Amino acid sequence: MHLAQLNVAHLRAPLDSPELADFVDLLEPINELSDAAPGFVWRLKAGDDPRETVDHDYGDHLVINFSVWASREELWNFVYRSAHLPVLQRRREWFLRVAEPYSVMWWIPEGYIPSLAEGMERLELLRREGPTPEAFTFKDFYDAPAGVSASGGSPGAGSVAASLPAAAEVRK
Amino acid sequence: MSSDDLGVVAALNDPVRRAVYEYVISQGREVGRNEAAEAAGVQRTLAAFHLDKLVEAGLLEAGFKRLGEKTGPGSGRPAKVYRRAPGEWQVSVPARDYRTLALVLAEAVDLLGGDERAEEAARRAGGRLAERVEPGEELEETLRRRGYEPYEEEGRLRLRNCPFHVLAEQHPLLVCSMNLSLCQGLLEGLGQDPARARLDPRPGECCVSLSINNEN
Repeated sequence: MHLAQLNVAHLRAPLDSPELADFVDLLEPINELSDAAPGFVWRLKAGDDPRETVDHDYGDHLVINFSVWASREELWNFVYRSAHLPVLQRRREWFLRVAEPYSVMWWIPEGYIPSLAEGMERLELLRREGPTPEAFTFKDFYDAPAGVSASGGSPGAGSVAASLPAAAEVRK
Repeated sequence: MSSDDLGVVAALNDPVRRAVYEYVISQGREVGRNEAAEAAGVQRTLAAFHLDKLVEAGLLEAGFKRLGEKTGPGSGRPAKVYRRAPGEWQVSVPARDYRTLALVLAEAVDLLGGDERAEEAARRAGGRLAERVEPGEELEETLRRRGYEPYEEEGRLRLRNCPFHVLAEQHPLLVCSMNLSLCQGLLEGLGQDPARARLDPRPGECCVSLSINNEN
């Protein structure tokens, strides 16, 4: 199984305003970092330009990021354990604080590309019912459904890991 | 405190075993028996005995790896190697549980949107830590005492251990920002440039790194 994640951020000002200039400048390096990160599978792109944000019909004030990852650990490491973290730390400069969840995750079959509409439905589900196996968060995480094995780390990551039975159980 | 934790920690109550353990965790990679023996200044069989005891206790993990350059026929069997096991053990007498309360407080800060105030408080706390540092102590030593496990790499001091690991897993944005502020407050209190510390996260390590010299 792969892990899909949708993020919706509420802009403080239009994307082409000076307030958002730093954010727009960071899109290219951060998207490149994401696309090269271990465990990265897929990301919804506007086009070939890495500086563009996803086009959508949910309002110009929303910036949407939608991606698929091989495992929780690899997504976590990209979000919180890479150069993405200092950018995330600046989020208040560009985005409004929202009380309801703005990020959702769920498991999908490998090779399946979810639609943005489906992602927005999952976010609605999370907002409506709280974390469930169908729509959850890092904090309230659900493992992949039993019977289907979740992908572990990327192949060849850590020479010892493969020979350590305990390593497979390291999961928060 | 669970009795299991006490048992695990008690496994370190031997000078040689502790030296072997400290060496393995200071390397941040798999360590072979010969290397550990050399570092602890003991025979290979004794080092192997203690390494395996540490695996039994759950403090280290063992695996097999081909050491050296040779591969293919004639390169010999893969060697047994060791590295730090995940997990943490706490022993407090009498029983104390600051972690549970810290998690609750972190959640409260999140809910109140109080992260900026938390960062300010962390910076002040760093300043107070600086007051307790012995005059003339190297920054690396100060960080080691705080549990960061500093090591040098490419002109920076990197921190192998996150002293706030459980909290950082639950509230990464808040806790990593507070940790950076704490380090900056510490530098400031020591009369150094707080900009020496910056967010520089890496999988499995602390989120902060520091420039080695006050100048850069």
